[in-house]
Amino acid sequence: MLKSPIYVIIVGGGKVGYHLAKTLLSEGHEVLILEKDRKTYEWLIEELGETVMLGDGCEIRTMTEAGMARANVVVAVTGDDEDNLVICQMAKRKFGVPRTIARVNDPKNEELFRELGIDQTVSSTRIIYNLLDQQIETGEVIPLAALKRGEIELVEVDITPGSPVEGQKIGQLDLPPNTLIISILRDGTPIVAHSDTKLRVGDSVIAMIKAEREKELQAVFSGETA
Amino acid sequence: MRIVILGCGRVGSTIASTMFREGHDVTIIDQAPDAFRRLAKDYQGRTIVGNGIDEDTLRKAGLDRADAFVATTNGDNRNIMSVQMAKVRFKVPKVVARIYDPIRAYAYAELGVETLCTTCVGAGLMRDMILGKPFAEIGNYLSFGLQTPPTGKEEQEDA
Repeated sequence: MLKSPIYVIIVGGGKVGYHLAKTLLSEGHEVLILEKDRKTYEWLIEELGETVMLGDGCEIRTMTEAGMARANVVVAVTGDDEDNLVICQMAKRKFGVPRTIARVNDPKNEELFRELGIDQTVSSTRIIYNLLDQQIETGEVIPLAALKRGEIELVEVDITPGSPVEGQKIGQLDLPPNTLIISILRDGTPIVAHSDTKLRVGDSVIAMIKAEREKELQAVFSGETA
Repeated sequence: MRIVILGCGRVGSTIASTMFREGHDVTIIDQAPDAFRRLAKDYQGRTIVGNGIDEDTLRKAGLDRADAFVATTNGDNRNIMSVQMAKVRFKVPKVVARIYDPIRAYAYAELGVETLCTTCVGAGLMRDMILGKPFAEIGNYLSFGLQTPPTGKEEQEDA
């Protein structure tokens, strides 16, 4: 068990929010997803149980009911930058949430968000762009974001030519415990990672891991021993 | 005055048409070209089709030399974000965001973002009309209906 479980509020129950919640729950953290679409909410309730609340995460009333004042981290992962900004600003300024993380769809907004007080931003567009501009070692694990105290990391691993996992199915990988493959970015598009998805050169694997497992993960993708 | 207006709905188009007639340099942005039909027939200011929370669109609209920026889209968050962009990125001296949600308007006003909650002002004026009271200064209406402006934290502690 973790020494200090944290309370994480995730606004937006899409793919990112759902997988993030699942990972955090498996680590023993307290999680609440705020989702405003009733259909998505009902699906989430069935999948995750009573860790989902129906409501607009931009409304103070919903935020109050969700117990935002005692949240350690608020993660805004809706598809709209303006909503993610307002959620994080309100969380920080009205509820005193110590750490806010926003998904940024337009990478130009990353700098603006930071200037406006958001602690951390994650832009998949930026990740892909950076790949075009980087020489990456085989299997190198690139940290994208860290959750409170850095216990959990969102990382990226790029499949470069000569990678030992090229052509392997995700289900065949000998991943460290509690590693969750969130998505594969392929040709600039995020795709859902199934256990029978084959890895190709040029793919970026986005995963959630426990920080101490980073070296083990690197070993899997580089073929070297940890 | 060089003014840029975001959102060509009823409010945006009225501000644009009126201020153009008054001799101001007006530019109006909307993502739907169709929206510009709401402008007065004699409007000859600029119209820009684009997303109002996109820096490139705002630059194209001349925000870097605008004296004022008004956000009147239907999305409160969109308005909040665009005026902060106008202030931080383009250093526009005067910005106003139209907000429907009284609580959000109050919260952002407290944070130093210029907001006008048309819900509060409209409701307050109508109350006075009903009661046959003369209208008060606008400041009296800005947080109309918010008796105890929520802080979030206090409500949490009560709960």
